Amino acid sequence: MNIKSIRKDWELIQKLIEKDRTVLDIGCGDGGLIKKLMKDNNSKAQGLEIDGNLVRDSISSGLIVVQGNAEKDLDQYNDESFDYVILSQTLQAMNKPKKVLEEMLRIGGKVIVSFPNFGHWNVRAQLLIKGRMPVTKNLPYSWYETPNIHFFTLKDFQEMCNSSNIFIEKSIGLASSGKQFEIENSLLANLYTHEAIFLLSKKKYEKIKIQDKQKIINPSRIRVV
Amino acid sequence: MKKEIIIKKNSTFPCDVAVFNNIQLKLESGYILNNFQINFKTYGKLNENKSNVVLICHALTADQFVADNHPITNKKGWWSHMVGPNKPIDTNKYFVICSNVLGGCMGSTGPKEINPETELPFGLEFPAITIKDMVDVQKKLIDSLNIRKLFAVIGASMGAMQVLQWAMDYPEKIENTIHIAGALKHSTQNIAFHEVGRQAIMSDPNWHNGNYLEKKTKPERGLSVARMIAHITYLSEEALQKKFGRKLQSRDLISFGFDADFQIESYLRYQGKSFVDRFDANSYLYMTRAMDYFDISDSFKKIMNFNLENNQHIHHCIISFTSDWLFPTSENKEIVKILNQSGKKVSFTEVETDKGHDSFLLDEPEFYRTISGFLGGNFKNT
Repeated sequence: MNIKSIRKDWELIQKLIEKDRTVLDIGCGDGGLIKKLMKDNNSKAQGLEIDGNLVRDSISSGLIVVQGNAEKDLDQYNDESFDYVILSQTLQAMNKPKKVLEEMLRIGGKVIVSFPNFGHWNVRAQLLIKGRMPVTKNLPYSWYETPNIHFFTLKDFQEMCNSSNIFIEKSIGLASSGKQFEIENSLLANLYTHEAIFLLSKKKYEKIKIQDKQKIINPSRIRVV
Repeated sequence: MKKEIIIKKNSTFPCDVAVFNNIQLKLESGYILNNFQINFKTYGKLNENKSNVVLICHALTADQFVADNHPITNKKGWWSHMVGPNKPIDTNKYFVICSNVLGGCMGSTGPKEINPETELPFGLEFPAITIKDMVDVQKKLIDSLNIRKLFAVIGASMGAMQVLQWAMDYPEKIENTIHIAGALKHSTQNIAFHEVGRQAIMSDPNWHNGNYLEKKTKPERGLSVARMIAHITYLSEEALQKKFGRKLQSRDLISFGFDADFQIESYLRYQGKSFVDRFDANSYLYMTRAMDYFDISDSFKKIMNFNLENNQHIHHCIISFTSDWLFPTSENKEIVKILNQSGKKVSFTEVETDKGHDSFLLDEPEFYRTISGFLGGNFKNT
C-alpha cells in the first residue's frame, strides 16, 4: 500500500480542503499527501503512520509525523483538534473500521475517507463468473495475503453513515477509466465506482428525539373522533 | 564582592570554562550557590546570525567531551559517531555546545571540587542537584555566551530529562528538541537499580562517609559494582545472549571457583574497572539522585497546556528504542501524547534494535538518519 507516486485520489482530496486549514493524515505513508497539502493548500498538516521506516522518511524531510496505530493511538488527539482528518485507502484494512471512523469524527471537524469499492462490476463479475475472490488493479492481493480485511461496497458505506449519525457532505466516485462523478444513491454508481471519496461530518443533533417530540406535540397527528 | 562571569580556557582539561563569581544560583532544594563554574566544549562555528546553535545535554556518566578524545581515558568521545564534520549532527553546519552538568566530575562544580568556604573538597557537603538545576546553569552559560536562541536542544536518557526541562522552563529560547529514550519521571524500577548502586558505593570502607579524597583513597570496589549493575540495565537480554551467551573467558573448562569464568563476567568487571578511572563516586551518588528526583508528570502537562504562546513554535522529536527496558517506548509515548493533546508540533519514532537503552551510543543507521534528517529538515525551514 506504499504507493510513492502521486495518487489520483490525492488531487480530489486536495480539492475538498480549503486553504490554511489544519489537517491530520492518518496512514500518511512517506508523507507525500502532507507535503502536497502544505505546498498547495497552505495546510498545517501532520500525520500518523504505523511503519517506522516511512515515519523516519517523513521526519527526515521536516514533516510532523507520529509513529502509531490508527486503531490504538488516536486517543492522543483532542476533540475537534483538526479541521480535516484524512484516511486514504486504509479503512478496509482496519480491524474495527467503524470505531476508527468515529474516532476520526471526534478529532476532526470534517473527515475525508477514500476506499476501493467492492461493489464495482468487475469485482462482482469475478465472484459471479469465476467463483473466486476478485483480484483487480485496485485490490491486487490474493485472499490469503491481503491487508484488506473488511470488504465493503459503496452502498454498505452509505448505509452505515445513515445509521450512525454520520452526515455525507459530498461523495465522489472514480471510474476505472479515471473519470470522476458525484455519487448519487443509485445502482449505477455502485457498479461503476472503482474508488470512492467521501467528505463526512458528524450530525450535530439527535434526529430521532426531535421526531419523537414532534409526534407528541404535532396536533395534526391527533385524530379527533 | 564583584559579580562577574569569566570565560576562559580550562587549565586541566582541553575545554573552556565559565566561572560565575558572586552570582547567586538558587537550587531547587533552596540551597544557594554563590560561586560555581561550568566546563564546556564547543564544535563547529557559530554562524553570523547565531541561528545554528545545538546544545547537547549529556547522560548520567558522560561529559562535555562529545566528539574528541577523552582527556582521561584517551578514548574517542561518547558521541563521536554522531557529532562531527559530515556526521548526523554536522559540525560543518551547526555550532555544537556541550557542558559538563552541575554536580558532574569533569571540571564543573560538583562534590569533588573545593568548597571555597572550607577549602576542602565538598564531599557530602555538596547540595543536592536536580535536573532543573542543571538546566538553569546551562541557561546561564548560554546567556553568558550571548546566544539568544538554540536551534536545537538534544539529549538522551538523563539528557532527555534536561531536554524536557528546557522545554518547560525556557521555551522561548529553543526552536527544536530531540528527546531520546527518556521519560516524564524516573520509574520505580529505575530508582531501585540506582539505590543498589549507591549502596554498593556507600558500603565500600574506602568511601569514608564521602570524605575519601581527604583520606587520599577512593571507593573503587563500590563504584565499580555500581557500574556493573547499571551496565546490565543499559543492555537487553537479547543483546547479552547474542554477544556473550554462556561463552567461557580464556579457558576451555569451568574452574569450579569464583573467577570470571564466563565472558559476561569478565566484560562487566572490565566495565566496572575502567569506569572508576574516570568517574567520581560522590558525583555518581548525586547524579543518580538527580534522576530519581525527576518527576514532571503533572507539571509538564500543566505547562504545555498553559503556556500556549511561548512554546507553540517548538518542533519536538521523540525517539525510543524497541529493546530499551529502562526508558521503554510506552514512557516516551506518554510525552508524545501530552504534546499532541496540548496541540504542539511533535514527531515520534521507535527505532527497532536489540541493543537496549545503550542504542543511543551505538551505530544505529535508522537512528542517525532520523537525527540528521530532523535537524536538516528543520534547518532548511528556518
